[in-house]
Amino acid sequence: MTGKMFGAPIPRTEDERLVAGRGRYLDDLGAGAYAAAFVRSPHAHARILDIDVGDALDVDGLVAVYTHDDLRGPMAEPLPLLIPHPAIRDGRTPHALAAEYVHHVGEPVAMVVARDRYVAEDIVERVRVDYEVLPAVVGVAAARRADHVVHPGMSDNVAARLLQEVGDAPAAIAAAPHTLELDLEIERSASTPMEGRGVYARWDAADAMLRMYSSTQTASGVRAAVAAKLELQLGQVEVVVPDVGGGFGVKIVHPWPEEVMVPWAARLLGHDVKWTEDRREHFVAAAHEREQLQRVRVGFDDEGRLLGLDVRIWHDNGAYLPYGVIVPLVTSTQLLGPYRPGAYRVEFDSLYTTTVIVTPYRGAGRPQGVFAMERTMDAIAARLGLDRARVRSVNLIQPDEMPYDQGLVFQDGRPLIYDSGDYPAALAALLDLVGWDDFPAQRERARAEGRRIGIGLACYVEGTGPGPYEGGHVQVETSGRVRVATGLTSQGQGHQTILAQIVADELGVPISDISVTTGDTRRMPYSVGTYASRGAVMSGSAVALAARRLRDKALRIAGDALEADPDDLEIVGGRVRVKGSPASGMDLGTVAVLANPLRYAFDEASRAATQFGGPADFDRPPVAPDDAPGLEGTDFYSPLRCTFASGMHAAIVETDPETAEIRILRYCVVHDCGRLVNPLIVEGQIHGGVAQGVAGALYERMAYDSDGQLLNASFMDFLMPYASEVPAVEIDHLETPSPLNPLGIKGAGEAGVIPGAAVLAAAVEDAEGFPITRMPISPSELFHLRRRFASGEIPPLRARRPAAPAPRPSGQES
Amino acid sequence: MKPPAFRYHAPASLAETLATLAEVGARGKVLAGGQSLVPLMNMRLAAPEHIVDINGVAGLDDVTVDAGGVRIGALVRHARLEADAEAAAAVPLLRQGLRLVAHPVIRNRGTTVGSIAHADPSAEMPAALALLGGSVEAAGAAGRRTVPAAEFFTGPMESCLRPDELAVSAHFPRPEPGTGSAFTEVARRHGDYALCGVAALVTLDADLRITAARAGYLSVSPTPAVLDLTDAVAGRTPDTADLAAAGRLAVGRLEPEDDIHATAEYRAHLAGVLTVRALRAAAEDALARATRDPRPAGSGSGR
Repeated sequence: MTGKMFGAPIPRTEDERLVAGRGRYLDDLGAGAYAAAFVRSPHAHARILDIDVGDALDVDGLVAVYTHDDLRGPMAEPLPLLIPHPAIRDGRTPHALAAEYVHHVGEPVAMVVARDRYVAEDIVERVRVDYEVLPAVVGVAAARRADHVVHPGMSDNVAARLLQEVGDAPAAIAAAPHTLELDLEIERSASTPMEGRGVYARWDAADAMLRMYSSTQTASGVRAAVAAKLELQLGQVEVVVPDVGGGFGVKIVHPWPEEVMVPWAARLLGHDVKWTEDRREHFVAAAHEREQLQRVRVGFDDEGRLLGLDVRIWHDNGAYLPYGVIVPLVTSTQLLGPYRPGAYRVEFDSLYTTTVIVTPYRGAGRPQGVFAMERTMDAIAARLGLDRARVRSVNLIQPDEMPYDQGLVFQDGRPLIYDSGDYPAALAALLDLVGWDDFPAQRERARAEGRRIGIGLACYVEGTGPGPYEGGHVQVETSGRVRVATGLTSQGQGHQTILAQIVADELGVPISDISVTTGDTRRMPYSVGTYASRGAVMSGSAVALAARRLRDKALRIAGDALEADPDDLEIVGGRVRVKGSPASGMDLGTVAVLANPLRYAFDEASRAATQFGGPADFDRPPVAPDDAPGLEGTDFYSPLRCTFASGMHAAIVETDPETAEIRILRYCVVHDCGRLVNPLIVEGQIHGGVAQGVAGALYERMAYDSDGQLLNASFMDFLMPYASEVPAVEIDHLETPSPLNPLGIKGAGEAGVIPGAAVLAAAVEDAEGFPITRMPISPSELFHLRRRFASGEIPPLRARRPAAPAPRPSGQES
Repeated sequence: MKPPAFRYHAPASLAETLATLAEVGARGKVLAGGQSLVPLMNMRLAAPEHIVDINGVAGLDDVTVDAGGVRIGALVRHARLEADAEAAAAVPLLRQGLRLVAHPVIRNRGTTVGSIAHADPSAEMPAALALLGGSVEAAGAAGRRTVPAAEFFTGPMESCLRPDELAVSAHFPRPEPGTGSAFTEVARRHGDYALCGVAALVTLDADLRITAARAGYLSVSPTPAVLDLTDAVAGRTPDTADLAAAGRLAVGRLEPEDDIHATAEYRAHLAGVLTVRALRAAAEDALARATRDPRPAGSGSGR
């Protein structure tokens, strides 16, 4: 249903509150709660010999110190492995507090509860832990060598290994006229939301009820996990997610050690307890992503058409595997992008190291996959002396091939089938937007002035909106106000706005009459969470379906009251009326009154619904057997499989010939997330995603030393880019509707970040004339690459930029 | 990231400040702008038992410009000094360097003398003081002393200030007539501590030939390094001087170190490149000044 709010670029309804300082974030709650702080391992790998709290006991303000010895039953067991998968060989997860071993710097060893956080940190410094230090395992190479194993009882560090194949890739490569092999590397970055994690718990002993607030991406997940750990019935636990200052993936992990310890302590102490993570903790005790080594073997024809692709991935999953194999599984499937790979073989090893866990961060494995595929495309173009866009175009899946089955199993356990998309149109739009064909002349002019500029492009396809489901509940109050609830959580995406836009059109009510609640298990207990760009697809569809149910009911009740056929009624401006006669009808609030047959009046409006309040049909009970009181609708949306958004980015960079500084001159995005609910919000998502893409390509990395110490655990040395480093983003939208959901929408949250490393590597490579195989890249690294290139250690890009694409006899190379 | 407990002192006068410092000695720290100290305390990398907050002390917030140069009190914020037109006219390098100090919000609060006392070899203002041959005036229970920049900085984050002393002011001498200046740096992000920074002073005689060229360095040495590069360029006009030779001369005298952002080799390379850029910009600045305010030929450089 197309209305006037769906598709309108209206400003976000939540922003006035948030920018005026009326947001309520985790740390704004719980004045008077005890503060928790954690004693964390200073070693990457160690055995705990002894914990001595003697010095802590005389600190004024101490409430309690807990270690693993204090935990019993499920609390003493490891935290859950959230997403089991047959590829997992040995899935290790942490304990709420370390039991015997610690496996990364920052792992919680003891919990301190105190009057306030200042005192709690004083006490943390006084808890003495005696460690037997064990060898650190840092980086993919060390993990593969397995001179030391991370987890006792394992013979190597391979947490999981998965092979997927379509056709016989090795044979196809062997038979191909040209082949290439690339070794690629991507380093770690992290979500680093503005607000870290945080948990606040209230135990009501009289009611035996736990109310928990958490800065999380899943209220229902935290509820189920905490109930299991604390041995409570689900009905005894309420989880409310307050305003959340960003998540970007890290907050989908649950339950965190802190997330079970805080409610556990609150119940034990009979007092509110709160923990607000600080920035240093977030660096060493939350989650990172991205680090992978990749080896790509590819066979292709004279036009650059892929014939066979064989990819080996070594993925660093950090110390534990709470989120299973989702990240490398996404890499290995989404690597294919908008292309037909010919025969495809992909195998990954997910490896334990003694570093912070690796779980999805915006993009969730896709940036690495796109890096592998797009570096390969550029290498093919360089090898053949073909235009890079042209090589991509011959490999694109065509619109008439949709739906396109890639023949693999995706991260939701379902077939990797692209539902819709128009990749040739996207490529044409991008080349036009960035001025691709004019660039070579620009580059030569710049060269003549002593400047180096380069252009690159990169394409991606993103599976968004995976199931299993989300729910929507829409209710009209007797005042006429509309309350909407969905279970997934909001971290600043603008869900309040876009869900209200959808409901406004479905119901025919003004958006100002609609309020939206997310992430509150009291309002919508059945939910999964906010991840995989699923908010709009899943909850948008669910609230639309729920609103349609409500609308049907409203028309039926109003039809009875107005003695009209419901089919002849419409709802406009919050009023039900006979189509084409604006004077007739009644307010939705009045319909809500009639929807709830009453014995007792409580105000003037409710009199109409009481037993003596008006005419009634004595042949029917007040509430029909298949009906329910109230004007509300609940429904759930459960998709067959993911819907696949897509996009293509191009960037122009300038590299300083002397200082090797890299500056982005232009950044262009063509983006297709199906039908746009709110273009302003989608563009905001793209801007933020591009900023994180630039971050991962040029600035951010986790600088671990060989002992497993993170050397840059602050924003002074972890170089999150400022506004001054992020380019202006030029955007062109395509809208290819998804056939899979009632609104035709696809996810948009993560897209902007995905091709960042690939497109900037391509642009730097184009400016410099030698291959870039490792990202991020810093000026210092570019300087050294130049030296190696000048000394002949790195070969030039071959057959670079010929005046015209030169046809080659097949079989000439490799 | 909460600091351990400390005792807070808010003296109202310099005498009271000095008495407090004498009493608390090495257990105390002076708080002015707090832009370095407070984060260090929150991260528990510094844990002073006493904080002596001088923000209420009268008479420490003056900017005085005279024939000798610019003197600034301990409470003069970076932003205020940056905005001071008279100071910028007398010692242009001040504004040129202050623009590169962190971000406006930090400059609004942070003090220039505090930055100097903090003695971070990656910071702009210690390098500016060293290059200009300025000095710090320290007051203590035993009296006042003037410490030349060359003696003030003793190591990374270390100065010769004694625990009972307060750096009450810094003095930046006016460059000699015919001098142009420039401040250039390469930082990973706008406003970050530089990977390498170079400030330069180039002096021209009335015939527009270079008589002196000096450069100050950040992030390539344990204390702000100052190199006299005159030998490489003396007697030449700015457009004929072999600035690259000056760059090579500089690189040969510096021994930068690796960190997670840059290798020592890259830093040394930057020092060379930025030496050339800073000298060129300083020479152009000197030429522009000479054009605006010509001196009679043969009047010499004043030496």
